[in-house]
Amino acid sequence: MASKLPNQLRALYASTTRHRLLSPRFPNLNEVFRDLLLGSNGRLFSDAPSPPQVSFSPSTPVPPPSGPNTSAPSSLNQKELVEFFASAETWWDSEGPFRPLHAMNPTRLAFIRSTLCRHFGRDPCSPRAFEGLKFVDVGWCGGILSEPLARMGATVTGVDAVEKNIKIARLHADLDPLTSTIEYCCTTAEKLVEEQRNFDAVISLEVCSPSQVIEHVADPAEFCKSLAALTVANGATVISTINRSMRAYATAIVAAEYILHWLPKGTHQWSSFLTSDELVLILQRASISVKEMAGFAYNPLTGRWSLSDDISVNFIAYGTKTTSE
Amino acid sequence: MNRLIERKIAENVYRLKAPKKNLCTDTTAKVPSSNPGQPGQVHQHDIAIVGGGMVGMALACSLASMLLTKHLSVAIIDSNPALFNGVGVKKEGTPDPRVSTVTPATISFFKDIGAWKYVEDNRHAYFDKMQVWDYTGLGYTRYNARDVNKDVLGCVVENRVLHSSLLSCIQSTDFPKTIYPSKLMTLHQNSSSMGVGSTSSASPSCERGHPVKLDLSDGSSLCAKLVVGADGSKSRVRELAGFKTTGWNYSQSAIICTVEHSVENHCAWQRFLPAGPIALLPVGDNFSNIVWTMNPKEAADRKVMNEGDFLKDVNYALDYGYGPHPRSSTLGNGGIFSWLKPDVTLSANESFEVPPKVVKLASERMAFPLSLMHANNYASKHVVLIGDAAHTVHPLAGQGVNLGFGDASSLSRVIAEGIAVGTDIGEVSLLKKYEAERKLENIAMMAVLDGIQKAYSVDFGPLNILRAAAFHGANYISPLKRSIISYASGEQRLPIFS
Repeated sequence: MASKLPNQLRALYASTTRHRLLSPRFPNLNEVFRDLLLGSNGRLFSDAPSPPQVSFSPSTPVPPPSGPNTSAPSSLNQKELVEFFASAETWWDSEGPFRPLHAMNPTRLAFIRSTLCRHFGRDPCSPRAFEGLKFVDVGWCGGILSEPLARMGATVTGVDAVEKNIKIARLHADLDPLTSTIEYCCTTAEKLVEEQRNFDAVISLEVCSPSQVIEHVADPAEFCKSLAALTVANGATVISTINRSMRAYATAIVAAEYILHWLPKGTHQWSSFLTSDELVLILQRASISVKEMAGFAYNPLTGRWSLSDDISVNFIAYGTKTTSE
Repeated sequence: MNRLIERKIAENVYRLKAPKKNLCTDTTAKVPSSNPGQPGQVHQHDIAIVGGGMVGMALACSLASMLLTKHLSVAIIDSNPALFNGVGVKKEGTPDPRVSTVTPATISFFKDIGAWKYVEDNRHAYFDKMQVWDYTGLGYTRYNARDVNKDVLGCVVENRVLHSSLLSCIQSTDFPKTIYPSKLMTLHQNSSSMGVGSTSSASPSCERGHPVKLDLSDGSSLCAKLVVGADGSKSRVRELAGFKTTGWNYSQSAIICTVEHSVENHCAWQRFLPAGPIALLPVGDNFSNIVWTMNPKEAADRKVMNEGDFLKDVNYALDYGYGPHPRSSTLGNGGIFSWLKPDVTLSANESFEVPPKVVKLASERMAFPLSLMHANNYASKHVVLIGDAAHTVHPLAGQGVNLGFGDASSLSRVIAEGIAVGTDIGEVSLLKKYEAERKLENIAMMAVLDGIQKAYSVDFGPLNILRAAAFHGANYISPLKRSIISYASGEQRLPIFS
C-alpha cells in the first residue's frame, strides 16, 4: 500500500503533462485516441511496470483487468452500446482518423503471410492458408489485424487489456461469419502465460495508432519473454516496432505527429523506441531467433505503404522459437 | 448467451439510430417483399456481377482462372436468354456487323484466362497492317506489326464470338457461378458496416457478412458482399448506387455493316472525312466491317437508302471522294525527314495503297449515336463499375471494349490480392486501388481519343497542314510510330510516361 503512493503520484503528474501535450486543435481525435490507447484505468498490454501510467511492481498481485464501468460483460447498457458503435465506426472507417493504419494493414499482412506460409509450409496461393493454426494477436487495434488473419483460416485469439477495445472488436467481428470465430480476451500476455496457453504464432504489432506495442511497454525484455513463452516450440513470433534512429524521429514523431497530424502529439517517446539490434538481442535472450526483417516505406504520392529493405523507421521482424527452451 | 443479448440490443439500437440507405429509384421498391411468387430463401453469394456481356463474363472467367479466387460464389444477373441456354455460333454464314477490334494486350488476357482457344475455333481475323489518312490528301501513315517486332497489330472478332467463347470458357470450369435470367430492380445496402439485417421483417434478410441485397425483376432476391456493375452504358447499377458521370454527346452517329470484297483484306483502313472517319476492318474470308461516323441526319439517310447507292457512297468515301489521294513518297523523298534514313521502320517504305473495292453489302445497316461518358468514381462501398458502365468512348481507335477488358483484368487481380491478405472484398479501400489504377489509364486514353476526334472535326487550312505534319511525323519518326503502336496495342499503359 505504501509503495503504491509514490507510483500513483507519479502517474498523476505524468497524466497531467500528457494532457498538456495533446493538441487542443483536435479534441475529439485525442479523446478517441486517449480512450482507446489508455482505456478507462490507463493500463496497457503488459502487467510489467509501464510509465507513465499506473505501474505495478511484478510482485504485487494484479487487479482484475476490467475497468470500473464494466464488472461483467452482460451489464452493458444502451448508452454504452451506442458509444461503442460510434467509436467502432471511427475505428473501422478506412477514410477516417485511422486512415494511415488501414493503409498500412495490407502491407503488414503481406509480410506475415509470406513469412508464416514459408514457416509452416503452407501454400501461399490458397485463400485459407492458415487453416488449423492457432494465432494470438497481442495488443491490436479493434481487430484490424485479427479479422484478416481469421479470414485466412487461422484460429485467432485477440488480446488487449482495455475492455472497451475488446467490446468494439467483438461487435465488429460478429458481423461476418468468417470472423465471428475470433476469441477476444481482455487480459495481458503475462496472464495468458500463467494460464499456460500456447499458440503456433504470436503476433504483436501495434496499438490503436500506426505504431507498435513494444515502445509503450515499460520492460520490453519481460514482454518479449512472455511472448516467447506463449509460442510453441518451433512456432513463430512476429513483432513490429519503430526504430530508434534520427530518421524515425523525423518521420514518426515530427512528421506523423506534428505535421501530418496522424497521431496526437506525445503518442511516442523517442527514447522508448528500440533499435533493430536491440530487438534482436532481446528476442535472442528470450530464445527467439530472428529470421527476417523488413521495413515499411510510405509513398506520399499514392498514399500507399510497401515493404522495403530500409528498417530505419518502421520495421517488422519474424523469428522462430528455438527448441532448446 | 450474453453475446446474443448484446447482438439483439445492437440490432435494435442500430435500427433506431442509423437510417437505412434505400437505393431504389422507383416506388415499386416494396414489390419484391409482397410478391407472392417467391417467399423462399435469399441466396447468398460473394460477388454479384450485374450484366453478363463481354466484360462481365470476362471478369467471371478471370476470377475462375485464379487460385485465390476460384472458390468465390458468383452470381451473374442478365436477362439475355443466350446465357442461360448456352450459345451456339454458326461458323459459316455472314459475319454479324457488331464486331470489336481486340488489341494484343486483350489477346494475352484472353489466353491467360483460357478463353482465346474458343475464339480461334470460330471466325476471327488477325491483321498486321494499318493505313490512316484523311481527305485533304496531304499525308498518310502506314503501320506494320513488324515495326514493333510483333506478328499482329490486333484481331477483329465478332462480339457474339467473344461472348460465346467466354461462356464456353467458364462452363468448362467448375467455378461456383449461378446465372439469374432476370433484371436488377433495386439495391439495398446497410448504410454502415455495423448494421445487421434489413428493415422489413416481411422479406427474408441477408445473412451476416453479405450486406448488399439485390432484388430482381422476377421477384427473387440475392445477397452479396460485392456488386459489380458490368451492365453497359445505361447502367442500372450506376444509377442505383448514385455514381455521377461527366460527358457529352458527340453530334455524330456511327453506321455499321458487313461488306464483301472480291479479294481478301488483311489491312485495317481508316480515312478521316470532314464529317467523321470511315473505317474498314477485315473480319475474315472476303468480308470486312465498316464503321462510318457521320452526322445524325446523314446517318439516318444512309441507313435507309438503297444498297447500290450506299455501296457507291462507301467506295467514294474510301477512294477519291472528298479529296485526292495522298502522294506516296519513297524513301528518297522523305523530305525533311530524309536525315532519319537509317532508322526508318519497315512501313515507312510502303507506299500509299487504295483500299479494296466493296462489291456487296452482306448485312443490315445499324446506326448508333456516339457519346463520351466517364463516371466520376468507379467504386464505392460494396459497389464497383467496370466496362461501358464506367466509361464510353468514340469508336475511332477501336479501344472501347479493350478498356473494359482491362478493367476486368485489373479488378480480378485486385480482388485476388485482397483475398491473399484476408481483406473483406467489399471494403472500399481495396476497390479504390482498382479505381486508382484504371482511372488514370482510362482517362488518358479518353483524352487522346477525344483530342483526335476534335482535331479532325474542323476543316481549317492551318489545322489541316498541322494534321498532315502529324501524319508525316507519325509515319517517318520511328520512335514515335513505335510508341503509337505499342500504346494502341495496350502494351504501353500511358501515352507518355511509360
